[in-house]
Amino acid sequence: MLMDNIESILRSALGDAIVSVEEHNGQVAIEVMRDRITDVCRFLKEKLEFNYLSDLCGGDMLNFEDPSGRKAYLAIEHEHRPDRIPSTQRFMVIYQLTSFKNKQRLTLRVKVEGDNPVCPSVTSIYPAANWSEREAFDMFGINFEGHPDMRRIYMPEEFEYYPLRKDFPLMGIPGSIPLPRK
Amino acid sequence: MAVNRSDGNEGFITTKVDALFNWSLKNSLWPMPLGISCCAIEMMAFAGPRFDVARFGAEVFRFSPRQSDLLIVAGTVTYKMAKVVRKIYDQMPDPKWVISMGVCVSSGGMYRSYSVVQGIDQFVPVDVYVAGCPPRPESLLKALMVIQEKIKSGGKAIADPEHQKVLME
Amino acid sequence: MTAQQEERKSRGTLPGNVSQILKALEDRDTHVILEDPLENYMILNMGPQHPATHGVLRLLVKLEGETVVECVPEIGYLHRGYEKIAESCSYLEFIPHTDRLDYISPLANNVAYTLAVEKIAGVEAPPRAQFIRVISAELARISSHLMAIGSMAMDVGAMTVFLWSFREREKLYDIFDLYTGVRFTTNYTRIGGLAQDMDETAIHAIREFVDAFPGHLDEMGRMLNKNRIFLDRTVGVGAISAQDAVQIGFSGPNIRACGIDYDLRTFSPYLVYDQLSFDVVTEKDGDCFARYMVRMREMKESLKIVKQALDKMPSGPVKADLPKKVLPQKDRIYTKMEELIHDFVIVNDGVNPAPGDAYVAIEGSKGELGFYIMSNGSGLPWRLKIRAPSFYNLQALPILLKGQMISDIVAVIGSLDPIMGEADK
Repeated sequence: MLMDNIESILRSALGDAIVSVEEHNGQVAIEVMRDRITDVCRFLKEKLEFNYLSDLCGGDMLNFEDPSGRKAYLAIEHEHRPDRIPSTQRFMVIYQLTSFKNKQRLTLRVKVEGDNPVCPSVTSIYPAANWSEREAFDMFGINFEGHPDMRRIYMPEEFEYYPLRKDFPLMGIPGSIPLPRK
Repeated sequence: MAVNRSDGNEGFITTKVDALFNWSLKNSLWPMPLGISCCAIEMMAFAGPRFDVARFGAEVFRFSPRQSDLLIVAGTVTYKMAKVVRKIYDQMPDPKWVISMGVCVSSGGMYRSYSVVQGIDQFVPVDVYVAGCPPRPESLLKALMVIQEKIKSGGKAIADPEHQKVLME
Repeated sequence: MTAQQEERKSRGTLPGNVSQILKALEDRDTHVILEDPLENYMILNMGPQHPATHGVLRLLVKLEGETVVECVPEIGYLHRGYEKIAESCSYLEFIPHTDRLDYISPLANNVAYTLAVEKIAGVEAPPRAQFIRVISAELARISSHLMAIGSMAMDVGAMTVFLWSFREREKLYDIFDLYTGVRFTTNYTRIGGLAQDMDETAIHAIREFVDAFPGHLDEMGRMLNKNRIFLDRTVGVGAISAQDAVQIGFSGPNIRACGIDYDLRTFSPYLVYDQLSFDVVTEKDGDCFARYMVRMREMKESLKIVKQALDKMPSGPVKADLPKKVLPQKDRIYTKMEELIHDFVIVNDGVNPAPGDAYVAIEGSKGELGFYIMSNGSGLPWRLKIRAPSFYNLQALPILLKGQMISDIVAVIGSLDPIMGEADK
């Protein structure tokens, strides 16, 4: 079956672009080096027939190992604590690929650094990623290189923060978007 | 429209004319449906054949604010949409009334988050608040009837500029 | 020399009248841009408040006369912050929020979310609950397609069909009222099963509806299918090729109208769809009329599924028997001690799934409705991403509208059937 051999196929074709392959809850997830994501996607689309991008999302892994949430709560109160996870792995971009012909799904993960997050864009291979990458930029601040139209999609253009980051409070920053006068 | 006599009472003819005006006003309120999200579906049902709003004289759902006098804000108002709601409210001619339909508009509802305005009365004066998520069409009919009562008893709309000046003082 | 004289010297020699115009203008300190007035494009704003844009969608359209040259959709006017709210709600508390995503078929969203949570928690619902979920999802699909057809017909000009479809939807609302308790925004499914069982009155009402509905559907079809005006307004309008549809991320009736039979109920069968037999409806042309026909025919298939599910439904419990993860029945909470403790623990601490992630997608009424949940072992989700079909369908608007007329914009948006509640999350 394709899924059993996928690790060997990918490692033989793409070598060091693949960091790890794991299977979880019946789904295969492959972690890919950030700079090689376009090569991996092109290979998957052309050779292995994963022709449909179901979803693309970003994720913020700040204090992920702490299920009690205590460290995250403290991080909001006291900013810039140095004992958080290293910023080279803070953000993650997750791709869900689907193959119509083989009736299979695949998950790709890319780790992006935290200080100035940049990731290559896959819109040239999967045009469906267009608005999803804009959403990841709007919510997390991850810049996608090569995207034709990198601007905010949900929040107003003048909004200065990135809402889904773990250090942005749920109720927002008062005064960040002005209300009309009564 | 009233003539102030020297003793402060209005004359017989002017009260009758007032009553006639109010009667015709309350039986032909033309709503401007600002349907934004889920409450808009209940508002469409409220205008549909089962909970008929045409029997109240309000079936002319003009989608242009310049031709309507009742603004029904139905659906969650976000900060990005707030400017648009205010603009539509400003475009309506006097006298105008505002119904805020649903809990999202009245107080933010179940969305305590960074992008939802916690209550539209921060920037638009509201006459009637309707609770419910979404309110059943019968609740909205009751709100319409409350506004009709208000007009009949001669109360001023909250949106009236004269009334606003009184409230601000 | 003064500044003015230097200016004139640097300009050199110009044709007579132009230099005179410039001289007159510079005495008055104005800026004038000389342009051919008929050469401009017009930019039209179909603003967020518009009767025909199906919610708060803003379209900036560049027009040359009446033809659309380019179009830029702007969304975000209904962004309520669902994903951020999910990170501070437990899995159980988020179920009412999922109702409001695709707010014209709320039961389907509930089913999709609970399937995703059950996958990472390792819980499976009992067979009776799965059959009831299938019936609910299909009734929600009928309700959503009725709304889509009604509003598309109203936008194109046929008001009667809109009122007829609303009359049918009211009957569906009555059915939902009977077994969930609410007209819509039902909040009906729970992790491990359903909130309450479906009783005989509801089943009887559904059977009556299933018997009477095909007649009404044919009535609506007779109004529109061969109607010269409707055909003129929708055939050939907003056509997209199959290749482009796959590239741009279409799903649901939109992609099936281009000839590709991608239906998640047969692609990766979930719940009990593998025990039921139905056809996947496709059309070939990929234009507005094809999308409309797919929706009409899909409603008939949904009726078939509901009938089969009602016949095959077993009796039994509607909640799985896993005390540590599934809420117990309400009547036992008030009388037995263990159930009370479990209820308290589950509601407060939440279902604690093992760390990991899963992406589960179902065939929602608009397309592939997926939830990607990442858990770090606590009772709250770490990351919840909602894959909303309308978000991807709207991406294709610039492609679909290129070269069409202004009045086609309305027909195209109606045929795509976007719901801003889920596109904006």
